[in-house]
Amino acid sequence: MSSIELETHADRSKMSVSDEVAIEISGMNKWYGNFHVLRDINLTVNQGERIVIAGPSGSGKSTLIRCINRLEEHQEGSIIVDGTELTSDLKNVDKVRSEVGMVFQHFNLFPHLTILENCTLAPIWVRKTPRKEAEETAMHFLEKVKIPEQALKYPGQLSGGQQQRVAIARSLCMMPRIMLFDEPTSALDPEMIKEVLETMVELAEEGMTMLCVTHEMGFAKEVANRVIFMDAGQIVEQNEPEEFFNNPQSERTKLFLSQIL
Amino acid sequence: MSDLHFVRSEMLPERAPPASTVGVVGWMSENLFNGIVNSTLTILSVAFIVWAVMGFLGWAISPTWAAANLRDCQEIVAGHEGACWGVIRDRWKQLLFGFYPQELYWRPILSFVLLFIALIPVLFAMISRRMNWFLLLAVLAIGALQVGGTLGVALAVVLAAGAAFVGFQMVTTNKADRAEQIAAGAKRLPNPLIFSVLYPFIAPWLLWGGSFWLPIVALLGFVLGWAAMRLTAGVIGTLGATILAFVVPVLWWLFAAAGFADVAHGILPMGIEAVESRLFGGMLLSLTIGVVAISISLPIGIVLALGRQSDLMIVKALCVGFIEFIRGVPLITLLFVASTLLNIFMPKGTNFDIILRVIIMATLFASAYMAEVIRGGLAALPRGQYEAADALGLDYWKAQRLIIMPQALKISIPGIVSTFIGLFKDTTLVSIIGLLDPLGLSNTIRAHTDWVGIYWELFAVIALMFFVFCFSMSRYSMYLERRLRTDHR
Ligand SMILES: Nc1ncnc2c1ncn2[C@@H]1O[C@H](COP(=O)(O)OP(=O)(O)OP(=O)(O)O)[C@@H](O)[C@H]1O
Ligand SMILES: [Mg+2]
Repeated sequence: MSSIELETHADRSKMSVSDEVAIEISGMNKWYGNFHVLRDINLTVNQGERIVIAGPSGSGKSTLIRCINRLEEHQEGSIIVDGTELTSDLKNVDKVRSEVGMVFQHFNLFPHLTILENCTLAPIWVRKTPRKEAEETAMHFLEKVKIPEQALKYPGQLSGGQQQRVAIARSLCMMPRIMLFDEPTSALDPEMIKEVLETMVELAEEGMTMLCVTHEMGFAKEVANRVIFMDAGQIVEQNEPEEFFNNPQSERTKLFLSQIL
Repeated sequence: MSDLHFVRSEMLPERAPPASTVGVVGWMSENLFNGIVNSTLTILSVAFIVWAVMGFLGWAISPTWAAANLRDCQEIVAGHEGACWGVIRDRWKQLLFGFYPQELYWRPILSFVLLFIALIPVLFAMISRRMNWFLLLAVLAIGALQVGGTLGVALAVVLAAGAAFVGFQMVTTNKADRAEQIAAGAKRLPNPLIFSVLYPFIAPWLLWGGSFWLPIVALLGFVLGWAAMRLTAGVIGTLGATILAFVVPVLWWLFAAAGFADVAHGILPMGIEAVESRLFGGMLLSLTIGVVAISISLPIGIVLALGRQSDLMIVKALCVGFIEFIRGVPLITLLFVASTLLNIFMPKGTNFDIILRVIIMATLFASAYMAEVIRGGLAALPRGQYEAADALGLDYWKAQRLIIMPQALKISIPGIVSTFIGLFKDTTLVSIIGLLDPLGLSNTIRAHTDWVGIYWELFAVIALMFFVFCFSMSRYSMYLERRLRTDHR
């Protein structure tokens, strides 16, 4: 597990947490066939929170955040995102998905479309934004992730770090209220990890609600207001980053931290 | 000892590669004569090719073009082995058109030329709208002239004027200026795809002839379906509206269309001479069956491939059943079903056109293969593509249309084109149920006393005709693959 040193310290002044609830998960259980992958998950995320989820491989971190935009279905309990409960009602699912952005480990850009088209596709087809306006928004976010000059290239022509930043811009173009990150840097070289993390720090500084599965503990210390440790499908411990790293309570957490730090 | 120590004192200049690896000589010594085995094989292969080509040319170059029958040929070549090309001179029109009336040859020719104009905007991204419309209007003007009569001539004049106008524009304003005009808000010509959409209605009318109202009522079916969907979607929901969009046109075609066409024709008779299906033959027949089956089997194949992946058990079972059944049965069997059995299932007295029946069978056959080819493309897509589409909020159909299908089809291009080529060549099987495709015609021609005993000349020419089309398809697929390549450019 790497620990990339971020150059600048994150400016926490604007990272304020509001009282408004963004995500409420209660009594949630999920099975893959007979395998009980998530067990009694209770988690409330307020608007503006930056949460880092850590834990050993196979502990269910990805499954948890994929349940939040229903890439996976849960079988018991409830997940309420921005006041909309996730049920088999497709209308709710679409509503939640248009409010929640997601960034994947392997970027998942659309290789047959240019960077600009990747960014404008969903706004045009889902939000019905006029093409021109969508393109302006896309260029705005591409500038934000510092690659406006690549707009007309194809994903295959970009480096991994650039692709991941495009993926972040693509999500932002839908103006999400919540961003989910599933190990956004673990397929990247150290140099590229830094560029992606810096983009994410900027996003946090603007007050975006973020749930981030990552092994980048430097990022967690810098940005997170809460770290959640998962093991065997359960939330084992959660705390403020300072406390979490310096004073872990559970044995499992201690073992995990001793392995990765 | 510091043997390991090394510091370069002087940088090396760039040098040209050794002469033995560049140029024609370099290429030959690398690829053809590298080593004894390779050299021997090269020499043997060249010798074999020369021998084969000489043999073929010796047979093919034979001054028998003017011969009126096989005996003439034998006299001309006087005992040597030589081709008898007289049969081609005598019968080439038949090989192309079958027994289609000679004075109406312009109609299949016009359909064929229009086919290319309809395909240009679909297949190629390089020709301008103006060019496309110019070609279309010019060709249509020539066509209208062929129809003759006051109406035809008047139409031809209008179309020619249109072509001249667009042509004049094209010559006087260059591309850059035109782009500027458009940017400044000048009206563009309509998208030439409009004609590509209308072509499937125009071409059958040109080929089979009859009342001009027939293609109109056929088209009207689609318009009605669309209207039904638009008007009812708000009232009965999307699913109901979609079903209506299928049911309304079918009901229209089955029960109302013919009557409507008759009435309209009674009021305003417009049309061209009708040609019966049994007169169709030669390449005309092969191309008709091939083109229709090819263009319909692709969308059906896509639907079947998606159905096979569906979560809905019934849809999935139906698709799998259909695909496996069709793939498990030889095409000939299906053609026999088309030629004989199908009539038993039809209501008494319906005259269901034999070419149409064959087209349906060939289409279904190709669709099943197409579905499997496309399924391969779908399977090659990483799950992440579906997930990214979902996460962005695209619904199933939008995700399929914008993300999944473009990529799956691109991956499947070689397989799709192989299926097309296979289908096109399979059209020769219709000779077995008595249709006069080029192979069927070759038997007919040989049955004539003048040409008893002729084989290779006919087959060579038929092979050449098929080769031209199949090879073009193959080259096109390579062009398309190159054009769609988006990585590492
Ligand atoms: N589609 C699936 N079907 C069955 N089991 C699955 C499926 N997806 C994941 N699992 C199992 O569920 C468990 C949790 O998987 P998950 O991907 O959420 O882990 P993770 O914490 O994200 O691990 P990693 O750090 O390796 O990404 C694992 O044991 C995995 O094998
Ligand atoms: Mg994971």
